[in-house]
Amino acid sequence: MSQLVPNSPLEASAEHDPDSKTMFGFWVYIMTDCVLFASLFATYAVLHNNTFGGPSGNELFSLPFVLAETLILLTSSFTCGLAMLAARKRSEAQVIFWFIVTAVLGLAFLSLELKEFTHLVHEGNSWQRSGFLSAFFTLVGTHGLHISVGLMWMGVLITQVVRRGLPKATVRRLALLSLFWHFLDIVWIFIFTIVYLMGALRV
Amino acid sequence: MSSHLPTPAQPEASHGSLRMYVTGFMSSVVLTLLAYALVVNHLFSTRAVLACIAVLAVVQFFVQLVFFLHVGKESKPRWNITALLFMLLVVVIVVFGSLWIMNNLNYNGMTPTQTDQFIEKDEGL
Repeated sequence: MSQLVPNSPLEASAEHDPDSKTMFGFWVYIMTDCVLFASLFATYAVLHNNTFGGPSGNELFSLPFVLAETLILLTSSFTCGLAMLAARKRSEAQVIFWFIVTAVLGLAFLSLELKEFTHLVHEGNSWQRSGFLSAFFTLVGTHGLHISVGLMWMGVLITQVVRRGLPKATVRRLALLSLFWHFLDIVWIFIFTIVYLMGALRV
Repeated sequence: MSSHLPTPAQPEASHGSLRMYVTGFMSSVVLTLLAYALVVNHLFSTRAVLACIAVLAVVQFFVQLVFFLHVGKESKPRWNITALLFMLLVVVIVVFGSLWIMNNLNYNGMTPTQTDQFIEKDEGL
């Protein structure tokens, strides 16, 4: 076994770039998170017609509102990419600027989502109303929870950059965060399509 | 995720360029608006619109994988892609498997009258 270790591909790439091991580990976590979301999507797909006499998706959702949410999150994914470009160039001011823009857009998205949730609950359409709404709140709420965690993480890293600049370890952390943030945007594509657009089509 | 010159300031090939991010962003916006317009205007039959927005979502998924996450840019032992493909396999099994099983359970749980109605509605008999 010990003879195989230096030749194993992971070791070889780790020699070139020790960060690649960390990145791969985080990538595997993200893949498992995709499986988590897939099971929530499957639950939603199974339950989306079980409204128990309550309202269905096309009576509840406002498409222009959701389109705004989608474009805000998409833009934040883009500005996160710009922040990473700045981090590779070791440009501290730009990193801070673009991550603050990303965080503000993320906060805007989250507040819109919470506004939608409180509106639904006030109208009596909470997760207790029907199987459809339970599945809806679980799926979209889990995404929102991820966004909240991402925002806290972003806050911590912005503070780190302000205080200590951009040593290699911080750039690695920023790279992991950007991976996470892009991943959340990808999950939202499917929430937008499957929950909101297909819900509006009444299928 | 590896480069031939592992100096800290070296921009690595796997991290993309401004052009990649702009291309990814622009095409994602176009794909999103296209899907939205299709649903709002309802130009075709429900089934056709459904197929179109599903395809648009999958296309956008790949656009973001390539332009934002830089999948496929890593060097030879492609562990990231291997993990991604395995994840996709699990996701397909979980989602379509659940739908298949639950549909079947729904069908088997029907009373004979419901079954007749279902067959009438579903197969147009």
